[in-house]
Amino acid sequence: MAIAAQSPFRQTLRRMFGNTSVRVGGTIALLILLMGLFAPFLGTRDPSDISPRNRNKTPGYEAMVRDYDGNKIPVVYRMGSDTLGRDVYSRVVYGARTSLIVGAAVAFLAIAVGLGLGLVAGYFRVADGIIMRVMDGMMAIPAILLAIAVVSLFSAGLTSVIVAIVVAEVPRVVRLVRSVVLSIREEPYVEAAITAGTPAPLLLVRHVLPNTVAPLIVQGTFIVASAIIVEAILSFLGIGIPPEIPTWGNIMAEGRQVFQLFPHNILYPGVVLALTVLSVNMLGDGLRDTLDPRFAKRV
Amino acid sequence: MGAYLFKRVLATIPVMLFVAIFIFLLLRLTPGDPAAMIAGDFANDQQIAEIRERLGLELPLWKQFGIWFGDVLRFELGQSFYYKKEVSELIRTRIEPTFSLSLMTIVLTVIIAVPMGTLAAYKQGSWFDRIIMGFSVLGFSVPVFVIGYALIYIFSVQLGWLPVQGYQRIGDGIGGWAYRLILPSVALSVIFVAFIARMTRTSVLEVLGEDYIRTARAKGQTETKVLMRHALRNAAVPIVTVIGLAIAILIGGVVVTESVFTIPGLGLLTVEAVLNRDFPTIQAVILFFSVIYVLINLLIDISYTFLDPRIRY
Repeated sequence: MAIAAQSPFRQTLRRMFGNTSVRVGGTIALLILLMGLFAPFLGTRDPSDISPRNRNKTPGYEAMVRDYDGNKIPVVYRMGSDTLGRDVYSRVVYGARTSLIVGAAVAFLAIAVGLGLGLVAGYFRVADGIIMRVMDGMMAIPAILLAIAVVSLFSAGLTSVIVAIVVAEVPRVVRLVRSVVLSIREEPYVEAAITAGTPAPLLLVRHVLPNTVAPLIVQGTFIVASAIIVEAILSFLGIGIPPEIPTWGNIMAEGRQVFQLFPHNILYPGVVLALTVLSVNMLGDGLRDTLDPRFAKRV
Repeated sequence: MGAYLFKRVLATIPVMLFVAIFIFLLLRLTPGDPAAMIAGDFANDQQIAEIRERLGLELPLWKQFGIWFGDVLRFELGQSFYYKKEVSELIRTRIEPTFSLSLMTIVLTVIIAVPMGTLAAYKQGSWFDRIIMGFSVLGFSVPVFVIGYALIYIFSVQLGWLPVQGYQRIGDGIGGWAYRLILPSVALSVIFVAFIARMTRTSVLEVLGEDYIRTARAKGQTETKVLMRHALRNAAVPIVTVIGLAIAILIGGVVVTESVFTIPGLGLLTVEAVLNRDFPTIQAVILFFSVIYVLINLLIDISYTFLDPRIRY
């Protein structure tokens, strides 16, 4: 039986989607993405709508609540309500948006900045010393503390949280890209291009950059996972996203005071958060095994 | 050896210097008056003027850095206007809980993770290996505060076996000290165990393929001895390296864990300092944690010569 010739790209795709980690992790991550996107249509209420009469209700509690037009409507608090009577289920569903925005934005920005610096550091000897000493110094500050330091300077908000996590993630991207460039520049085709007089920027973009794509996709996935955790930690500590915006970290922070009596405030967002990070990490593991076994590491 | 030590110690100087410059610039390059930011919301105009005077804010930036860095070297970290205390004094009183929690976590991690990883490598592909690897991904994904609250709910609220939160100084009785540290250190060690077990497995797997393992088996050595004496000992260097690198994760985890269990250590101090915009304290604590992190890794690098006699510099 003749087998149709497949391009290397298609082969890689096949290998990728044949991997169990990629399938399971990818499916769960996709579901959470959809949950964030379609939050208003999933039987949610306004996540910041407070209801003083229905404070601290346990999961499954049913009540009649007045909507904005003054009509009484039945409401089921699927995951209970918090100390202000807000619907925890709606807050958890809407909270996915913040986590996903932070994860995606941090991964994108950290890779953009890290790629630029890493290409320069790997290719130009003069810049290498300076850039890598600065990165070593940044890596000497534990990531969460670095993020805390940056956040403490600005007023709390989505942008400052994203910037803070990007600052903490950039050094690892730079190191990764630099190591790829250092090994690629020894390849015959790069030497040939240098001999042919290809200017450095063109050489970097045409010959070196494509080699960084696979390890960066893998690293980017891990950055998404770690950014989601760090955002949750910052918000949980009360120094991240302002409390009126529903994020998983914020829901848990607000549930702390009444945790012993009403653990649902911490349980549900905690489980969803863990599931999200787990799925993204699984996806990353699978991508690493199928796309690029050489470069990407977790440390 | 002496020359290597000297070089290795010398190499940490630029790193430390950068950390110092970064932490210094953090306050100077942000918009606003650094003196007002350092003084915080509770200061009056006179206090702000005094700080401006002491920091030498009219001088060029490098001179300001010189003044600040000189103070830091003498462990004069400034005044916390929120706590009305010297920051160096604050750090001294807060260090014991953090040190206890970290030590307990590391001990717990090594006791659990190293045998787990070794056994997983030994039984590669078995159900035990799969469970360990699965746990490793899981442990890496569940944030420490979620684990912390889950443990509190099960062991404190439901079963009533362990205290919900709090800390007891070791001077007030070692029993109570250990008793209160059980839950926080277990919570904190989960991510650590996940990480170290995975790394142990990888490095033991690598060693198990070596010729001297086959030789050891061929001469009739028991499997326990093969694992303990030949495999684990040779896998020790990468494992210890990873433990050193993971100190960064530990420090981040300490901040969160102390907050969950209300342990009055440096981590809780960091969070309180940020909430109160107490900049001298924030700067000092971050500097302190970074110095510790760099020093531990320096010590680990040096310890290789003792762990592995083949390494000679």
